This record gives sequence, structure tokens and C-alpha cells, in this order.
Amino acid sequence: MDLQAVVDSLPRYGEPLLTTIVVTVASAAFALVVAFALGLMTSSKHLAIRTPARAFVEFIRGSSAVVQLFWFAFAMPVLLGIQFDYLIAAGIIALGLNYGAYSSEVVRGAIAAVPKGQLEAATALNLTPLQKMRLVVLPQAWPEMIPSLCAFAIMLLKASALVSIIGVMDITALAGLIGSQAGQDRLVHYSVVLVMYFILAWLIWTGMRALERKAKRGLGVDVKPVKGRLAPEVAAGGVR
Amino acid sequence: MQNPTTDHPIIEFDRVNKSFGDLQVLNRLSFTVDPGERVTLIGPSGSGKTTILRLLMTLEHVTPTKDPAADGGVIRVGGQPLSHMEKGGRLVVANERHLRQVRRRIGMVFQSFNLFPNMRVLRNVTEAQVHTLGRSKDEAEAKARELLDVVGLSAKVDSYPSQLSGGQQQRVAIARALAMDPDILLLDEVTSALDPELVADVLGVLRDVADTTSITMLIVTHEMGFARDVSNRVMMFDRGVIVEEGAPDEIFSDPREARTQDFLRAVLAE
Repeated sequence: MDLQAVVDSLPRYGEPLLTTIVVTVASAAFALVVAFALGLMTSSKHLAIRTPARAFVEFIRGSSAVVQLFWFAFAMPVLLGIQFDYLIAAGIIALGLNYGAYSSEVVRGAIAAVPKGQLEAATALNLTPLQKMRLVVLPQAWPEMIPSLCAFAIMLLKASALVSIIGVMDITALAGLIGSQAGQDRLVHYSVVLVMYFILAWLIWTGMRALERKAKRGLGVDVKPVKGRLAPEVAAGGVR
Repeated sequence: MQNPTTDHPIIEFDRVNKSFGDLQVLNRLSFTVDPGERVTLIGPSGSGKTTILRLLMTLEHVTPTKDPAADGGVIRVGGQPLSHMEKGGRLVVANERHLRQVRRRIGMVFQSFNLFPNMRVLRNVTEAQVHTLGRSKDEAEAKARELLDVVGLSAKVDSYPSQLSGGQQQRVAIARALAMDPDILLLDEVTSALDPELVADVLGVLRDVADTTSITMLIVTHEMGFARDVSNRVMMFDRGVIVEEGAPDEIFSDPREARTQDFLRAVLAE
């Protein structure tokens, strides 16, 4: 193995790294929208809203992500005549739908976990169903969703490597490409990529932890009390 | 008093049935409550007391009768049907829009407080005023601060519910209900979830409310001393029917029915 050759090739990861980040961030954003739409629909008490959403979720979850990826990239252009200018878009849509369908269960579960008494109090105050959702249910369900959504975001980051099989040049694709060239070692390049994924995952995890702390504070829960200094209300003995 | 005096009782149950599956909780129950009256409902658990409050708050719905005009099964508030609405001269089961209109007059305080944990105390009391009564934010806040002062929690406006004791939370919940200017206040075992030393504060606040307003109150409680002091009338329930009713002194000192005597003996022995 030629170490100098490996080091010299590192700058070539710049653009593919950006691709991996774009695929992850864009499909995560799309997945979040899909998750909330499907999660709210599957929480509905109306069968006509619940059933199609349920069917969609089960269909997506029940079919392979790799096949979905190929379908959006190569089958859809033929079948529906819709062609993406960039294959990356097909990757973002397939991953977004897939992880959105999985995450919708997280949204639905967190909505269902809001105590019934909260809805009854909202009814007693004569809030409309929409107001109940917006003012009472979602603000309480959101902090509960964050840890699971974080886990899905990290899985999504790792799954973003799948776009390499439809010909998008992300870091996984580049590692394979460079690794097979003369004077390079595939093992070393895949190790480099492994570290890159780990750092990206760690960034996601750190960001989500901060988000969770912020959300919990919005419920008056002090997640990380400063040692030796209690919140004033706690010190005053006013806690249940 | 916001309810102009009319010939109508403010609450009327006309042969109301309520079943949960095979379990009949209310059996052709009829009673009326006059404006400003304070009525305490007592009876063993499962006797239907809480169901009556929940039906009035529209958290539960009556078991429909075939022909409401002839068979009853209708709840009225201020002479207007609550469980039903008029449609083409007939009474039909109320839809959500009708319920929204009629439940404006009613407020409820729950056993488990049910404050919104995502809102600070002040917002818990202002939010519904703004969204359902259309009050301005300033107006709602002024009202909230005034009521939080009444319940002795002016210092806690910026706290989250999770930072308050149970008794404090329940007092906020009382302020929240009163902020909506209800004609009828439903109190569902409001001290049952509290530690004994916190009960007195909450009952104190409610005594104040009873003394200084003319809100009609329906109270479900096991606090017999409070019931005796505050209410004009006590109704003893068992298995969805009224066993006995009368002035608190009568019921508590000299109950006629064996079931009432047994119940009071059991409660007072606690």
C-alpha cells in the first residue's frame, strides 16, 4: 500500500462527501414531512383517512428499499414518463418515502401516548380538533419523538450509501472506485469512509440531543440540572 | 349571573340512558338544577356520578332513544338541548358544531388536573380565552392574572405545571375553568388525587368561588364536610338512579334510605 497515494486521494472525497450529506439531509427533511403526514393520517378517527395511509405505510415497509430505489430511478421514467434530471433526486425520494413510512409509526405512537385527560381538558375549554392538535397534542408528542427520529436519521445516513448502486457518486461509491485503482488499497479507503460515516452520525446525534433538551425544557423538565444547583422551583420544594 | 333568569332550570336530565356496552350506567335518569344551585352528587363508585358530569361536558354522549320527543333521553342546558339538536322540527343527536356552541357555558375541573404541561401557568389560563372566546391577548392575560391572584398563585405565572405541587396545579385548573366565564362549573373529585395536606387549600379556593359568584355547580366529592358547607342539595346515587335527595343537613344527619346510611357510614369511617 502506498500511504502517500491514499493521502493524496483524500481531497477527491470533498464532492462525494457533500453528496452524502445532501442525500441524507434532503431525504431526512422529506421523510419528516412524510412521517408527520402519514402519522397524523393514521391517527385519524376517520376510516377513510386512516385506511389509505395505513396501506401506504405497510406497502412501503413491506417492500425492499433497494427495489424502491431502482424503481424510482429506472422503472418510473419508463412506466410514468417522469424522468429526473439527476438520479440523486430518485434516491432522495425513495429514501425519504421509506424512512418517512417507518417514522410515521413514531409520530403516531407519540400522538397516541399523549394522555386522554389532555384531550378532555382541551374539549372542556372548547378548542377545535385542529387547535387541540396544534396547541396541546403535538407540542407534547414532539419531545417524545426525537430520540426515535434521531435513530432513524442515523439509519438514513447509513442507508444513503444505497444511492451508490444507482450510479450516484457518494463517499461509498468513491471508496470503491479509488480503492480499485493502481497503488490504492480498497480496505484502507473503506476504512476512511467508515470513519466519515461515524463522524457524520455523531454530528446528527449531538444535534438531536440538543434538540431534545430544548424540547424537554419546553415542558418545564430540566434534563441536565447543573450539579449542586437545583432549579429555583425545586429548591423551593414545589415539586410533586 | 350570565344566565338571565328564565323559567327553565339551567340543567335538565330527561330520562337519560347511558350504557357502556352491556353495562347500563344511567337508567332513565331525570333531575333538574336551578340557576345558581350547588348540587353535590354522592354515592359508591360506579354509581354514575362522574358519568353525569362527563355527559354534561360532552366527553361522553347519551345512549340515544328512538324518539327523543316521546321517550326522552335528552339533556338540556338553559332550556336548549345539549345532547341533541333540532333539525326539521325533530330532535336528533347533536353534531360537533352544536356541541361546540352549547359547551361554551360549561367548565370542568378534573380529578387529575390535566393542565397542559407544554404551557406555563399563565398560558394555561389564557390560551383558550384567546382561541375560543376570541379575547385579545392583553384582555386574557389581565383576566388570568386576576384569577391566579384569587387562587393564590400570582407568584407562579411563569412556572411550568411540572414545577408545581398537585394542590397548586389544581388551583391553576380552577382558574383556567373560571377564566372561560362558565355558567355551570363541574367539579369531578377535584381533591381525590391530592395529598391530604393539600386538600384544604383547594377546598378553600372553591369555597371562595361559591361564596363570591353565582355559578351553578355540580360537585362529585368524597369530602362530606365541604359538600355540607357548599351545597344546597345533595343527591345520593346508586346504580344510575337517585336513591335519595335533599338538603345537606337532612342527608348527612338523618338519611332515610338504608343505602345512603351504609354509604355515609363507610365514607365517614375512612
